[in-house]
Amino acid sequence: MRPAYFLLHLKKDLHLEWRSKDAINSMLFFALLVVVLFSLAFDPTQDASRKIAGGILCVATMFAAVSALNQAWARELRNQVLDALRMTPAPGAAMFLGKAIANFLFVTVVEIVLAPVFVVFYNLHALGNAWLLALVLPLGTWALIVNGVFFAALSIRTRNRELLLPLILFPIFIPALLGMVMSATAILTGEGDPAMWIKFLAGYDVAFTTLCMMLFEVILHAE
Amino acid sequence: MSSVIAELEEVSKLYGTFAALRKVSASFERGRCYLVLGENGAGKSTMLRTMAGLLRPSYGKVRIFDAEGKAEEPTTERERIGYMSHATMLYDEFSGVENLRYFAGLYRSGKNGGRDCVTPEEALRSVGLDPALERPVGQYSQGMKQRASLARVLISRPELLLLDEPFSNMDIQSAHQMLRLLETFRTEHRTIVLTTHQRELAEPLADFVLTLQAGAVVSLVEGPYGKNGGLNLSAVRSAGKDEAVLRG
Repeated sequence: MRPAYFLLHLKKDLHLEWRSKDAINSMLFFALLVVVLFSLAFDPTQDASRKIAGGILCVATMFAAVSALNQAWARELRNQVLDALRMTPAPGAAMFLGKAIANFLFVTVVEIVLAPVFVVFYNLHALGNAWLLALVLPLGTWALIVNGVFFAALSIRTRNRELLLPLILFPIFIPALLGMVMSATAILTGEGDPAMWIKFLAGYDVAFTTLCMMLFEVILHAE
Repeated sequence: MSSVIAELEEVSKLYGTFAALRKVSASFERGRCYLVLGENGAGKSTMLRTMAGLLRPSYGKVRIFDAEGKAEEPTTERERIGYMSHATMLYDEFSGVENLRYFAGLYRSGKNGGRDCVTPEEALRSVGLDPALERPVGQYSQGMKQRASLARVLISRPELLLLDEPFSNMDIQSAHQMLRLLETFRTEHRTIVLTTHQRELAEPLADFVLTLQAGAVVSLVEGPYGKNGGLNLSAVRSAGKDEAVLRG
C-alpha cells in the first residue's frame, strides 16, 4: 500500500471534519454530559473516584465515539461517493486506515478536552505512574476506533445501521475495554501492575488492525 | 487495436428472486456512442453498474478489452472506465476543484506512476464550470452538479464512459453543452454508453440504440442519424425537437 493513498484519504477526512466539526462537537458534548452526570449522580469520594474513574472515562469515550462512528461513512454514502471511490485504483486498506486515523484523532481531541474536566469533577490524583495513562488511552481508543470504523463500513448497507453498530462493536471491544479499565484503575489507585494490560492492549490493537485492513477490501466491494 | 472495448455475454443480475437483467448480450465498439433506452426498472442502471464493475453479474460474463484485445474483468479495469450516476458522487462540503483534486490524487497515485490525469481545473473548464468557484458542491444548482459530476468522470481520461441519465434536471442550454462535449469524446475514440429518458435529445449523438425491456435486450439498432452520422446539434435545434422533448 502506497502511503500517498492513505495520506490523501486522511487529509480529506480531516479537511471535511474541519469544515463541519460534526463528529467532534457531538462526541464532546455527549462525553462531557456523561462525565458530569455520573459525578453528580454518585458524588464519589476521592478513594472511590480512583476505582471507578477508569471505567467511567472508558465508557463515556466509548458511547461518544459510537455517535461519531455511526456517521463515519455517512459522507461517502451520501451522493454515492463510495462508488466513485471504488472506481479508483486506491486500495481499500488505505481508505480504511485514513478513516481510522482521522476518527482516532477526533476521539483523542475529545479525550484531551475531557481529561481536565475529569480531574476536577472526580477530584482525581493518580497514585501510580500517571504518564502511563498517555499510553493506555491511545491504545484503548485505537482498539475502539479500528473496530468501529470497520463495523460501521460493514453495516452501512443495512437499514438499522445505527442500532447494529453498537450491537456488533461492543462485544468485540469487551476484551480491550477490560484491558483499558484494568490498566487505568491500576494506574489511578497504584494497586497492581498495569504493564500486563498495556501489553494485552497493544497485542489486541495489532491483531485487529491487521485483520480489519485485510478484510476491508471485501467489505468495500460487497453488494 | 481491438475494435471492441466491452462485451456482455448472457449477463443476468438477480436481486433475490427479481431479475434486473436477463441474459443480456451486447458488445460495444471503440469510439462509438450507444444510447440505452428503456422504461423505469428496465435494467439500464443495473447494466451500467455491472459494466462499471460495481455490481457482479449473477450469471454470464462482462469483459473489458484492452488495445491488444486482451479480456479483463471490469473489477480489474476500473481505472479505464468512467461512471457517472444519478447522484453527483462528490462530497457536498467540498468545492468542485477540491473534489476533483482529491480524485485526481487517487488516480495519480496508482501503480507505475498512476494514470495520466487531466488537471482538475482543465476538467472543470471543459464542462463549463469555473475552477475558481469556491462554493461547495452541495450549494450548486442541479445542472452545475451534473457538470461537476461529469468533470470527475473525465479526470482519469477513461476509455469507456458509462453515463446514467446525464441530462436529467438540466436546462436545454446545459444539455446541449454536454452533448457537444460528449461528441468531442467520441471523436477522441472513446466509447460512450449513456442512458436517458430524453431520447430525442441524445439520438443525434448515438451510433447505436439499445433498448431494454424488463431486463432483456429487445433491440440493438443503428441510431436514427446513422452510424457515423455524428452530432448535428444545429440541425436538431432548428427543428425545435429538443425544446419539445424537454418540455415534455
